[in-house]
Amino acid sequence: MMTTSFHAVLREQVLDAAARGGTLRPHGSGSKDFLAQALAGTPLDMRGVQGVIAYEPSELYITAHAGTRIADIEALLASHQQMLAFEPPHFGASATLGGVLASGLSGPRRVAAGSLRDFVLGVSLMDGQGRVLRFGGQVMKNVAGFDVSRLIAGSFGTLGLVLDVTLKVLPVPQAEQTRVLELDETEALVRLREWGAQPLPLSASAWHDGRLCVRLSGAQVAIDAAARLIGGEAADGCAATGYWQSLREHLQGFFAGDAPLWRVALPPVAPRLPIDGDVLLEWHGMQRWLRSDADADALRHVVSALGGHATLFRGGRALDRELGVFEPLAPEVMAVHRRLKQAFDPSGVFSPGRLYAEL
Amino acid sequence: MSTATQALPESVTDTATLIAELARELPADCLITDTGRLRAYECDGLMLMREMPLVVALPATEAQVIAVLRTCHRLGVPVVPRGAGTGLSGGATPHAQGVVLSTARLNRIVSVDRLAQQAVVQPGVRNLAVSEAAAPHGLYYAPDPSSQIACSIGGNVAENSGGVHCLKYGLTVHNVLRVRLVSMAGEVMEIGSEAPDSPGYDLLALTIGSEGLLGVVTEVTVKLVPKPRVARCVLAAFDDIRRAGQAVADVIAAGIIPAGLEMMDQATTAAVEQFVHAGYPLDATAILLCESDGTAEEVEDEIARVRALLDAAGATEIRVSSDEAERLRFWAGRKAAFPAAGRISPDYYCMDGTIPRKRLAEMLEAMNAMSARYGLRCLNVFHAGDGNLHPLILFDSNVPDELHRAEAFGVEILELSVALGGTITGEHGVGLEKINQMCTQFAPDELDMFHRVKAAFDPAGLMNPGKAVPTLHRCAEMGRMHVHHGELPHPELPRF
Ligand SMILES: Cc1cc2nc3c(=O)[nH]c(=O)nc-3n(C[C@H](O)[C@H](O)[C@H](O)COP(=O)(O)OP(=O)(O)OC[C@H]3O[C@@H](n4cnc5c(N)ncnc54)[C@H](O)[C@@H]3O)c2cc1C
Repeated sequence: MMTTSFHAVLREQVLDAAARGGTLRPHGSGSKDFLAQALAGTPLDMRGVQGVIAYEPSELYITAHAGTRIADIEALLASHQQMLAFEPPHFGASATLGGVLASGLSGPRRVAAGSLRDFVLGVSLMDGQGRVLRFGGQVMKNVAGFDVSRLIAGSFGTLGLVLDVTLKVLPVPQAEQTRVLELDETEALVRLREWGAQPLPLSASAWHDGRLCVRLSGAQVAIDAAARLIGGEAADGCAATGYWQSLREHLQGFFAGDAPLWRVALPPVAPRLPIDGDVLLEWHGMQRWLRSDADADALRHVVSALGGHATLFRGGRALDRELGVFEPLAPEVMAVHRRLKQAFDPSGVFSPGRLYAEL
Repeated sequence: MSTATQALPESVTDTATLIAELARELPADCLITDTGRLRAYECDGLMLMREMPLVVALPATEAQVIAVLRTCHRLGVPVVPRGAGTGLSGGATPHAQGVVLSTARLNRIVSVDRLAQQAVVQPGVRNLAVSEAAAPHGLYYAPDPSSQIACSIGGNVAENSGGVHCLKYGLTVHNVLRVRLVSMAGEVMEIGSEAPDSPGYDLLALTIGSEGLLGVVTEVTVKLVPKPRVARCVLAAFDDIRRAGQAVADVIAAGIIPAGLEMMDQATTAAVEQFVHAGYPLDATAILLCESDGTAEEVEDEIARVRALLDAAGATEIRVSSDEAERLRFWAGRKAAFPAAGRISPDYYCMDGTIPRKRLAEMLEAMNAMSARYGLRCLNVFHAGDGNLHPLILFDSNVPDELHRAEAFGVEILELSVALGGTITGEHGVGLEKINQMCTQFAPDELDMFHRVKAAFDPAGLMNPGKAVPTLHRCAEMGRMHVHHGELPHPELPRF
């Protein structure tokens, strides 16, 4: 379908829903339906147009329709030795760019390269009045107007229909190596902090069950020097790539089974969590995956006292999910959220309640 | 543009009442009301625009910030936040019926945490002071605007400032983790967090670069990064601007993200050389400065690759800094471009468009033609790695019509930046200066959304009103054409 006719169809649906008090739920392949709050609204397939609109390796950006498969984008980038440095989780073979943006998630390299929103350069969006709006652009530095494109990252389809997205891309590192060390949790946290405060080429870390994996990326000479300092054993190259990918996709054994999966985000120096359950650390301890039946309130209490926040990522008691999978917001912050939602979507058409019941 | 023209809400309060109400909230030495001392606040770094505020408030605590804002909110008085006043777009230009809220006394470094690689600072802390405080820990704050000895972190947050190292280390938005923001109504919000990916909408992204339109930042947590062990700089001379532009693209295309990648044209090199005696090759049409940092091994490796690429791109001369003194000498001229412009010309006007890198040569040639047409000299310095241009238009405001020509020249550069697929401002902000060009870059519906976003934070419209986002009415009056995606309405017409 032509882009303009697809946008015309979307516009008609938006205006129609707005007029009769209906709701819409934009979606791609559905790979991330399990995230966030329950789905509501008439499904609206955003894959009506797909494909890369512009990609210029030496300008370090790619623009693609929201319905484009993220795997296709990554394959194209890889053929030019480039990558999405925030390593977005796909959670499904057909995951789309729009879903990646809307869920706002980043993978292992986030600890070194930055998060998804750090790489957003521009977005075009259809708002609740059916207007097509473009924010940002294709250049790295652009401070004209409020940074609406980054606001859209992680908004779970509640602010509008994302039509196309421009992301900054980076060259793949010249070389990579994964080191494996046997350490307990506390010792792993201490070492990661100490390494993090030094100019070392760490690009990912993960600890689980007494085993710490650290990925080094960059010039071979720098990797070799860092490897000597860090110690441990070098993991076999291919196995290591598979390791980080299966971690990103939650395909490792830790993620199997039915126990509720919490994503706990913590400030850099937070200690071991005093909560029963199995834990997997990432991002030098700033992201902790927790399989635990702990009471949601009690867990949130502990985490927020440490300056962090917790998300019920997968599973969990129905009641806990209903109360909200995301950390509750302070009232004055929620008030701004409500007014922003009203600004973009005055009739409340898009993905009601997906992020917070109030939005 | 001598007087700032702003859309003002109807003034509802007389100055005496305002002063009396503020005096109830603030100690006497935190209020400036006499004309003599108010003069110092008449303008920011954009000295072409001046306005006298009614009062300047200098709160020393967050509680006093809240009190000032609540008072002004109640009285319907506009507030203009101000950091160090180095902004170049008039963001801190006072409002004739308003209060200037200066953060000069909120200047405490609250904490520096080596292992967390974070510092908590008040907004009035100078950019360089953060790096100085972090230095004993082997850390620094990466965004380094040329104004870093003076500009404040609060101002950096408001402008999303960058520096020569932002190609590799990011802008303010990539290096700030959390702010406390006080709304016009006096409510305090924690935005962002010291833990990654705070819940809800990314209000931090909205706040950074919001030019003081959404609230007053009272505390900032910044990310600190480990100081690289080694940094070295390559200086390459070119006799052709296109070749220099191509060399920049070649470096990036080879998978190298240098710590800095800057370009100066011949006029700039000549102007700064008199000033800093760096030994620049004066016969070169353009010079590139390319910095590499990291471990000694990494730097050596990268410099060798960069050298080969620049050589292949036709550089006429390549020098590599052999020690720290030489590296600083290479940079001295680039960092002194503004003062050098001020030395060779009574006035200069600094522009800030960004264009896609590949259009660099085209842009330069167009600006040379404009320079001839307006009869004004122009020095060109760029953050070449990210396409951010800083043409310095030289003029003399005492010569009739030169200011007017300089402004027209500037407008033409900005509009061409948009037409080439770029933006009117890469890091200096819109403020009052570029407000008309916002009508070129954005369609009315987009501007409407910006107004809605502002209203979500500031329903009363009293926080730095009249800046950054033009009214639709103003755009209609200006008769500006919105350039859609780089497609000009009449592409067949010559424009430069
Ligand atoms: C010689 C020179 C070189 C420069 N080089 C660079 C450069 O390399 N890169 C770059 O990006 N910029 C540069 N600038 C521009 C300027 O220094 C930056 O924009 C800087 O961030 C402004 O900081 P400030 O403290 O001076 O802010 P001000 O000029 O006082 O204010 C700037 C804006 O921020 C708002 N503001 C200030 N504090 C707060 C607060 N606490 N809360 C809310 N809003 C606030 C103001 O309302 C205003 O809109 C340069 C300027 C000069 C004069």
